[in-house]
Amino acid sequence: MLRSILIANRGAVAARIIRACRSLGIRPVAVYSEADAGAPYLAEADTAVAIGPAPAQASYLNQDAVIGAARQAGVEGIHPGYGFLSENAAFAQRVIDAGLVFVGPSPRWIEAMGHKTRARELVAQHGLQSSPGSAILAAEPSAITEAARAIGFPVLVKPAGGGGGIGMIAVEREDQLLAAVERARSMATRGFANGDLYLEKRLDRPRHIEFQVVADRDGHVRHLFERDCSVQRRNQKVIEEAPASGIARTEIEARGERIVEVLSRLGYDNIGTVEMLMDARGDFSFLEMNTRLQVEHGVTEEVTGLDLVAIQIRLARGEPLAHVLPEPVRISGHAMQARVYAEDPKRFLPSPGTLRTFRPPAGVRVETGYAEGGQVTPFYDPLLAKVIVHAPDRRQALARLDRALAGFAIEGVKTNIPALRAVLASPEFVSGEIDTGLLGRIVGA
Amino acid sequence: MAKIKIASEITGAVWKITTQVGQSIAAGEPLMILESMKMEIPVVSEDGGTVREILVKEGDAVQEGQIVAIVEG
Repeated sequence: MLRSILIANRGAVAARIIRACRSLGIRPVAVYSEADAGAPYLAEADTAVAIGPAPAQASYLNQDAVIGAARQAGVEGIHPGYGFLSENAAFAQRVIDAGLVFVGPSPRWIEAMGHKTRARELVAQHGLQSSPGSAILAAEPSAITEAARAIGFPVLVKPAGGGGGIGMIAVEREDQLLAAVERARSMATRGFANGDLYLEKRLDRPRHIEFQVVADRDGHVRHLFERDCSVQRRNQKVIEEAPASGIARTEIEARGERIVEVLSRLGYDNIGTVEMLMDARGDFSFLEMNTRLQVEHGVTEEVTGLDLVAIQIRLARGEPLAHVLPEPVRISGHAMQARVYAEDPKRFLPSPGTLRTFRPPAGVRVETGYAEGGQVTPFYDPLLAKVIVHAPDRRQALARLDRALAGFAIEGVKTNIPALRAVLASPEFVSGEIDTGLLGRIVGA
Repeated sequence: MAKIKIASEITGAVWKITTQVGQSIAAGEPLMILESMKMEIPVVSEDGGTVREILVKEGDAVQEGQIVAIVEG
């Protein structure tokens, strides 16, 4: 049974999971750091438990505090959301050892996919190719240079122990390599407690296309189509949509089926996302797999009419895939999401502050953890709100998203809304000529 | 010799101070690294010179526009 869930997260995703719990008749318990006391979604939960000071290390990343709060509230499961402890295999194991349900895949999956070079090797054994890359870099400068030469510049330096674009540095020339490796190692050690790095070939103007998968504990796996998440800043997504424009449905179907085949052979369980890059020739390569709910899950929900969070919880409590997914699932219309961040629209520097005015547009799906008068603190990521639209076709979805963004009234922090609207107005985006460098070219960053 | 006031571009906290008083720095070289909203932001001096004062310490909270160091160029 799973009658109560503690949500080990904050902000928009905490609010979203509370809603999914309610729809299933599950009692949601929230947690909060000192910085988030008084956040509007806490009142939507049955109980809210204080778990510590503002810095994430002391609260949302503090495993003892989170598990202690779960014991105190007497819940039967923990939902990690995304970010924070969601891809921490040791935490997932501790949750299970405490006799609770972890709403996510088995820890062995978090472990297998969390280490990026091992994940690349694992899926390669099953025929999913990655772009050319290196093994974990040795410490000797000569070995690092040799590894980069073998791949050919430009390369990306990437942390093996974490994702989300953090600590990832593009290197155009050999003379920039060692400094980039040093910087990436510092960020990786700090962000992921693992300084392992590897190199990957940097593709020219790739598109980021990812596949949503759902799986049960008996080896049944299905995909829920793709999302195009190519509009990015600092290798982090800002606009996501489904379906991906300009790619033949037969091609998408074939890719999706291939992923399903591999994951069912491997025995994946719960929901996850397989991220791929598509190069200018239309070839796909495996990027990484996220073993959790994705920030952009709402895009898939809008085109399929499904509640992915409720599905995730039902799979975690052991329901078979055939119970939680209708047959068949179809894509209807076009969905698009924009992430509204508290940051300046030119250089994307963080902009914490007090939300003197915060009025999201009406009549459109907005996921947020903030309300007017609230504090946007420097302690967490800058996401203020996600706005998600659904329309019969891409052109109308785009127009609707632009209207929604224009309808935000926000004062007290800078936001990236002007940059988002510049993307939506650009001829490239309108025509579907999207790649991961588009936003940078538009704002001149 | 002009004294250049180096201001923080963001509200956040000082993560790491990478220079010392008396040290000479090149234009564009980071004096310290701030952090805010999961991002590391280097504070750089646009002109080269000598670090005369460092007005914050690691762990301090800083406001946007706050003077964090003085460089003599």
